[in-house]
Order: sequence, then structure tokens, then C-alpha cells
Amino acid sequence: MPEGRLPAPFEAWFASRGWAPRPHQLELLGIVGEGRSALLVAPTGAGKTLAGFLPSLVALSKRAPSRKARGLHTLYISPLKALAVDIARNLEAPIAEMGLPIRVETRTGDTPSHKRTRQIERPPDILLTTPEQLALLIAHREASELFATLSCVVLDELHALVTSKRGDLLSLGLARLHRLSPKLTAIGLSATVREPDDLRRYLVPQGSMTLPPLRGRVPAEQAGEGATSQEPALPSPDPLRGPPSPAEGGGFGDAMADLVVVKGGAAPDLHLLDTGLTLPLAGHTASQAMPAIYDLIQAHRTVLVFVNTRLQAEYTFQELWRINEASLPIALHHGSLDASQRRRVEAAMAAGQLRAIVCTATLDLGIDWGDVDLVVNIGAPKGASRIMQRIGRANHRMDEPSKAYLVPGNRFEILECQAALDAVEEAAQDTPDARLGAPDVLAQHVLGMACADAFDPLQLYEEIVSAAPFATLSWEDFEAVVDYVATGGYALRAYERFAKILRGPDGLWRVRDARIAQQYRMNVGTIVESAKVKVRLARGVRGKPGAILPKGGRVLGEIEEDFADTLTPGDTFLFAGEVLRFEGLSEDEALASKAGPGTDPAIPSYAGAKFPLSTFLAARVRALIADPFEWDRLPKQVADYLVQQRSRSILPGPDGLLVETFPRAKRHYLTAFPFEGRLAHQTLGMLLTRRLERAGLRPLGFAANDYGIAIWMTRDVSEAIAREPGFLGALFAEDMLGDDLEAWLDESSMMKRTFRQCAVIAGLIERRYPGQKKTGRQVTMSTDLVYDVLRKHQPDHLLLRAARQDAATGLLDVARLGMMLRRIQGRITHKALDRVSPLSVSVMLEIGREKVYGEGADEILAEAEAQLLEEALG
Amino acid sequence: MALGQKLERTIKTPGLTLAGEALTLDLCGGLWLAAHRTLIVSDLHLEKGSAFAARSGQFLPPYDTRETLACLHEAVVRFDPACVVALGDSFHDARGPERMEPGDRAMIAALQEGRDWVWIAGNHDHAVSEGVGGRYAETMALGGLTLRHEPLPDAPEGEIAGHLHPCGKVAMRGRAVRRRCFVTDGKRLVMPAFGAYAGGLNVRNPAFDPLFPAGFTAHLLGDGRVFAIGKAMLARD
Repeated sequence: MPEGRLPAPFEAWFASRGWAPRPHQLELLGIVGEGRSALLVAPTGAGKTLAGFLPSLVALSKRAPSRKARGLHTLYISPLKALAVDIARNLEAPIAEMGLPIRVETRTGDTPSHKRTRQIERPPDILLTTPEQLALLIAHREASELFATLSCVVLDELHALVTSKRGDLLSLGLARLHRLSPKLTAIGLSATVREPDDLRRYLVPQGSMTLPPLRGRVPAEQAGEGATSQEPALPSPDPLRGPPSPAEGGGFGDAMADLVVVKGGAAPDLHLLDTGLTLPLAGHTASQAMPAIYDLIQAHRTVLVFVNTRLQAEYTFQELWRINEASLPIALHHGSLDASQRRRVEAAMAAGQLRAIVCTATLDLGIDWGDVDLVVNIGAPKGASRIMQRIGRANHRMDEPSKAYLVPGNRFEILECQAALDAVEEAAQDTPDARLGAPDVLAQHVLGMACADAFDPLQLYEEIVSAAPFATLSWEDFEAVVDYVATGGYALRAYERFAKILRGPDGLWRVRDARIAQQYRMNVGTIVESAKVKVRLARGVRGKPGAILPKGGRVLGEIEEDFADTLTPGDTFLFAGEVLRFEGLSEDEALASKAGPGTDPAIPSYAGAKFPLSTFLAARVRALIADPFEWDRLPKQVADYLVQQRSRSILPGPDGLLVETFPRAKRHYLTAFPFEGRLAHQTLGMLLTRRLERAGLRPLGFAANDYGIAIWMTRDVSEAIAREPGFLGALFAEDMLGDDLEAWLDESSMMKRTFRQCAVIAGLIERRYPGQKKTGRQVTMSTDLVYDVLRKHQPDHLLLRAARQDAATGLLDVARLGMMLRRIQGRITHKALDRVSPLSVSVMLEIGREKVYGEGADEILAEAEAQLLEEALG
Repeated sequence: MALGQKLERTIKTPGLTLAGEALTLDLCGGLWLAAHRTLIVSDLHLEKGSAFAARSGQFLPPYDTRETLACLHEAVVRFDPACVVALGDSFHDARGPERMEPGDRAMIAALQEGRDWVWIAGNHDHAVSEGVGGRYAETMALGGLTLRHEPLPDAPEGEIAGHLHPCGKVAMRGRAVRRRCFVTDGKRLVMPAFGAYAGGLNVRNPAFDPLFPAGFTAHLLGDGRVFAIGKAMLARD
């Protein structure tokens, strides 16, 4: 590997700090110096960011002084706005201390418009920004001039970016940058991942087709309306070449960035928090562990207490304050809190004023706030890589061990924690597979490219398949996307005359007018926030319970509109660290009052990030359970529990599926333990109930958790299984993913939500902005109506395909369910029992805790109607 | 009640009379007056999709007109009315008829075949253009009933109107169901919007207060039947 040499001023600067450049920093300098792209994989605290900027700083320092503006040299992209701002601050020190003639600026959603304009006219040497801002920049009419001088792009926290649609969008932006500046080198900075090669491909153009440089700008006059035709079809590709195909380009995976790996870092000092108390069989609150967690907070400087959901964050915060006799400064941080409140917590943390912060995934990534010396993770770790990222938040010096405790909330979570401990010890990773680029993101990008300049479809296609997530995109699918952008992609060609992009006689596509370009800018990005309503503290009217003054008190934060919709006045729920009483909705705000002391929140949960158990950890948990020789390593209560299960029923094997059936309270239960995560289990539950219904067993409902499902019914399922030998095999047959799934998906509210997100990203419907008032009469149409009409009249429409692609991996985890069904073929073990087994108890306890699925709209309406009849008769 | 349990089908929507006329509230959102063999539908908002495309560059699926007409066709086949009344806002805007696909135009003609067809004026389509058949009226009297698009707060008993797109919401045990509905206090009736892309206004919105000063019952269009639900059980948005 080539090693770069530091120029004298840099060596002096390192020396003045008492530092020496690290080998990986020099290695990266050497690679980039030779004009190649690179992926740097390093643990936290390894000086990753400085390594990423060093090549640019060195190159810029060597330039001869000049009075002329020399254009943008380096672009830095971060997933977090705050991170970009923080990095800019950190770069200023070396630049100032070495006296380098380098101008660094940030560009985020908060940058004032005059500064944005100036940044295009007179760009800084280094610009720090986010993926969304990059999308806006490359869609700018000056993009080709702006990026012609670009020499280096640095992608920070790349492992976190590539797992989402944001990563798809960024890959397309990167493909455009490679095109605008053919000598560009890309540097990816990443935590340890399972498949670094996926990220190495992401950084560099895929396929061996060499791209011609982008044509010069087409003069505006020529692009005028008169010159355009409205021919809908795309040109056939060059007949001599035939339609281009990605396979022709030398195939997938022949181009990769260089790899620099920083080994080691001290092994984390990781423990299972054992309070010695017996844990419940279900629930995630870990209430029994609170005193022990409080002791840990007292014994450390600053503790990050991670939890998996906002509900859990609220609960933990409350419980810790209840026992906070020393009045330690303990704060709360989650995505629904008012932004200013979050900023205050972050600032206090940076200033070392806090002893503990209870937080959700909002602090998984980001700035090294404060001096965190311990991480506590409450509840199931859910994934090995996720837990390692969190542990890394403690202590940012790589040669000192990060210290962390895992706190299980129930006995199953002990198993999951143990599996995670084993995985961390082996440094095993379970980051997700590389994504297949989403069609809705591509549609957004294609419109953006038309806003930047007229495009030739063949050239744009070649550019797009050079982005790793889109490397396998076929020409036909690309054509369908362009058709969608132009007129909606409908078989009924009703919108030709309103087309957003138009193809001219020169074969190039152009955006119709400035208004469409403006619309694009307003809707850029892939993060679709669910509609939220503000939660405002209401002042009640004295002596009039339920009466609310029109103007309330301060805003506490936001809740999802979907959740607010389900609340009725009088419902109590936990929010912003307090039990609130919902008073009613006023315009677009939820009014709530503080519930009296000692009130228990009645509404159990509201939407919040809930990560499914990773396949990798699930397999480890199954293996732990299946192998009694491993039980010695488990706390006694778990081993005892498994022994009981073995004597009362049977243990699930490492690969098969255990199904138990038993009667209870006049009903018949079927439980199954696939260990594939709540999302996959919910889908499985819906499909199984459909089949049981058809088999005449009259299922009534089901409950699911991360480990298994329970379905209850009126008919004797044990008897049905005994009578018909192939019954269970047929019940769990893979073909449930066919018609049954299709039928259910079409009706599923999760599918509708997924469709809405695709429709917003692809520009079918416009974003709703926070604070934007709903129209008073509320006659705005819901996406559900659009979804229903579209699936009926054009079920293969691009956006429905996009939604199904998301469903496969996202909210419904269909892909994982499919893998499970294949795995268990011929390996189903059934046990008919007289009563519930220890294992089944754990999932039975979910009943009543979580929503019971399967209750239809008509059941709810019938109940409301019955009330009216009662009034009428009473 | 949970999945699989069959609903008690014996509870029928109570027979409704308004100004002495018997009304059937149909699950499709239409109103059937058997004595007059008349079917009333309100707020079809035909060509709303293309109106969006023309005005704002949002390309909603252009199938709303044929979807709405298909539902109407189903009801017409079922009731075989002598007269169909479209209670205003039949087109989303005045230029809607021009933008209509020839197939959809033919569908309307087929529906009109052999029966009286009345387009009541709405606020979106005040004067329905020529070329869509039927006759045009500001209001219409039918027995003791007055049919008009926009309800008048001081109308005498027996008014049937649309315009407001009423929707009722029931929230219970952490779930909410929001459906289109008929609203009535026994003196007047406001019909749900029939159009595939027509949105809804919550019946608890103050816009309904002057029309129903003494409260109302909403008849929500469920999946399998119509449900009569009292004002007290209906949630605000």
C-alpha cells in the first residue's frame, strides 16, 4: 500500500499537539494522492474524520497562491446536519493553526438563501453538507460549472447512510459527481460492517462502460417551448449497439474502491446487568433494574442510557427521577421532543452538565457530545452491529475500552443479550445487505436531472447504472421511470398535455417550466415524516372539567397524527416525561393537561422506532436454546425456565419450528416460535389466520412478539392436526406468500402507509410541511383513496411496484418470512399440550399488552352503534 | 369482537323517513327513494384527477372518473331507477366534461339510457356543459322533499343536500375508523360524497352546527353495511 508523506507544516502541526499521524491516515493520503477512491473502516476514536480530510488539506495547502477563485475542491456529506456543522468547527483549528489558505463552509437547510447563492457563485474550497442538499445542488442549473473542479468527496458514516433510501439518492448524486468530474476520488468513512465490499462498490462507478463527458449546456433559446415535441416514447437505443444492459458492462462488482481497515481498538468492557432478581416472562420495561442503573449513574461521569422506543424512554426517564434522591441532572432525548428542547439537552451534555441522558436511536449517530464513560442499553439489543455502534458512544479514544451494560427486560431478552455479548466478543457483524435502489427515489432523481439540464436518456441511463444500488436496473424499467416522471406512467394516457418533462426534436428531455423545477426543490429528499401534530399543554377552565381555554400553554413536542387520531378526551399517555391527559384537538394541535400524581398512563403505546431482531441474533438465540450445554453460561433463572420447557413440552431446535397447541379458557391456542422478529411475525399472523379461517377453525385474533406468535380460535386445533397428518405442513407452506399475501397486502394499512411514502418521494403528491395548516374544510383527499383506485385499475403501476419492493424488506418483512418458511419445510415439530407451556406463556403475555390484530372496522362501528341503541332503549 | 366472528346481520338500518318520504340509505353512498323510483348521488367530482394534473402538476391516477361511474353503474343496475339525480359538484370543475375520456362519456350516456337524469347545480360545476346528456336544474322538488346542492340553514323540513362531504370518525381502544356518512336529524339529510377522490369533512366540524342545532345521527358506510351512530360517539379529527 502506498503511504503518503505529510508536508512539513503538517508534521509540525501534529508534533505541536504531541501527536503522530496514524498509519491509516498516511495510507489514505497515499491512495487518494494516486487518484484512487478508498473506504476507511475504523472503530470510533481512530481519527477517522481527520483521515478523510487530510488528503484534501494537503492538496489545498500545496496550491500556489492565487487571487482568482478556484472552485470547489472537496465536498463532505454527513447524514446529520449537526454533524456537518460540528465537523466544520473541528476543521477550523488545524487550518487556522497551520495558516492554510482554505475556506470551509457548511450548507444545510438552515443556510440563509443569500449565502446559498453566494456559495454557487463563489464556492468555498471545502463544502460540508447533507445528502438532500447534494441532490438540490446537482439539480441546480449551474451544477456542471460548480462541480467541474471537484477533486474529492468524503462520505461520513457511510454504513448508516447506505441502508436506506437516502443512500439510494446519495448513490445517484455520487454517480452524477463522477460524471461531472471524471477524476473525482471518493472517500467513504465507515464503522465496521459485515460486507465492506458493498461499500467499496458504492463509492466508485460500476460497469465498464466509459461515460462520455457531459455535453455542454444546450442554449436556452433552443430549449424553448416551440422546439419541443410531445412524443411520449423514448428513442430506441442505437440499433447497432442494441439496448444497453448492465450485464454487458462487465457485470456487477468489478469496480471497487481501495480498502483501509483500522484493526482493533480495545475490546469493549461489556457486561450483562444481573440484579439477581427474577425477570418477568414478557415486557420490556426493566423496571426491576432501575435502582441498579441509578447506582451506575452515580458511579460514572456521564452515562448514555439507550432504549428501543420512545415509550420506553419516557418510562425509564420517569422511573429514574422517581428514585433520584441525589437530584442528579438526568435528561431525556428522543425524536418527538421539541427541537429546541433537544438542542438544550445536547448543549448541556457537551458542557458536561449532565450525569445521564435517556435516549433512543436519535443519539446512535452523531457528534461526540460530552465525556460519556458508560453506555447502558435497556431491553433487547436487536442486532450485533447496532449494539456495537451504541457501545462506541462511550469513550472516544480507541485504545481504551468502551464500557457498557446490557439490561434485559425479560427472560427472553436475557437470551438475546447473551447472544449479543457473544457476537461482540467475536466482533461478528450483522449489518444489512446492500440495497436494491428504489424506483421512487430514481423518479425523483430523474426529475432533478431534467431541472439541471436537458438530458439524453441513454447517457442518463448509463450514468444511473453506474451507481451500485441501480447497477441491475434494466433499460425497460428506466424507460418506465422516465414515463412516470413525464406523465405519471399511466396506461390511460390522459396527462400527455400536462407533461412535466418534454422530449425535444433533438431527443433530449427538458423540464417543462420553472414551476415544475420549484416543485422539485420543495419535495426533494427521501425522509417522509409521518404527519405530526403538536402537543400543547392546555389550561383547563376552573370548575368546568373538560373545558379548555382556546389558547393553551407551551408546546411539549409532537406526536404522530395517526396516534393522535386514536385518542379520545380523557385518555392518559406518557409524553415528555409526564403523564398527560388528552383533552382534545384544536385545529392542528393536540391539547393535553398534566394528569394528577399517581395516574397510570392508560394508552399503552404509540408509534416509535421498533427494530426487529436481526436474523443473525435470532439464529444465535435459537442455537442457545437448543443446546443445553450452553445453558451454564446463562443466569440460573433462564436455565431453569428452559429446563421446565423441556420437561413440559419440547425445546425448539436450531433450524426447525416448534408449534404448540393447547386449550385454555374455552378457546384453543396455537403458538409458534420462528424467532424472526415482530414485523415478520405480524405478517405471518395475518396470513395464518386467513388459512385457519378457511380451514373452518374460526380464529379470533392473534398476538406477536419478536420470538413467536399466538393465535386463538373457537375450534379444536389439536384435534384438526391429529386428524389430518399434513395439516401443519400445509398451514405453514410457502405458498402463503402467493395469493393470500397479495390479498392481504392490498388491504393492509401498513401497505397504504408504504405507498404514501413512495408517492411523496416520487412526487406524486406533495409533502406536507410542519406547521402547514390543513385546509379548514378538510376536503383534501387522502392517499388511501388514490391507492385504492390505482391498485384496482393499474396494479402493475411503478409506485405500487415500489411499495411492494419496500414491503418485502420494510414494515412487513416479507422477504424474511419467506426465508423462514423455506427453512422450516419438513422441520415442524408439533406438541399438543393440555395446558400452556413455559415458552408459550411469554407470547401469551403479549395479549392485552399490544393491540390485538384482526379486529375489523365494522366491529368497531357496530360497537359504537350499539351505544346509540342503548341510549335509545335506555 | 374480533376476527372471524360474523356480525349480527339482524340489526338493520332503521327505516328513515323525511317529510313523509321513505328513504333507503345505501351502502354505496347513494339514496334510494323507492316510491319515486329515484336514485340520488351527490358530489361525484368527476375528473378531479385531471383537474389536479391541469392545475398543479400532480398526476393522480386518471381512473377516478371510471371508478366513480363503475360504482354508480352498480347501483343503477341494482335499483333500475326511473330517475337519477346528481346532487351537484358532479364535475370537479367547469372544464371537467371537456377533459373526460370518450369511454367515460359513453358510460354516462349508457347510464342515462331510458331514464330521466338530472344534474343539480353545484358550486364546482355551476353550469354543467353541454354534451353530457340529462337535464339541468338549480333545485328539484320530489314529493315533500327539496333537493339542492348546498344545504340552507333555514330551509324548511325535507331538504336533501350534499356539498359538505360528511365523514364520521369512531375511536375506540386505540383504533380509529373514519368513514363517509349520511347525516340527519329527521328534518334534513346531508349526503356523503360519492366520488372516488372526494375527501371528507368531519361531522363534528362547526360547519355542521347551524344545520343540526339539536344534534344528529350519522349513518356511516361500513365494509358490510351502514351503521347508525349518535353524535356523542363520534370523535373530532
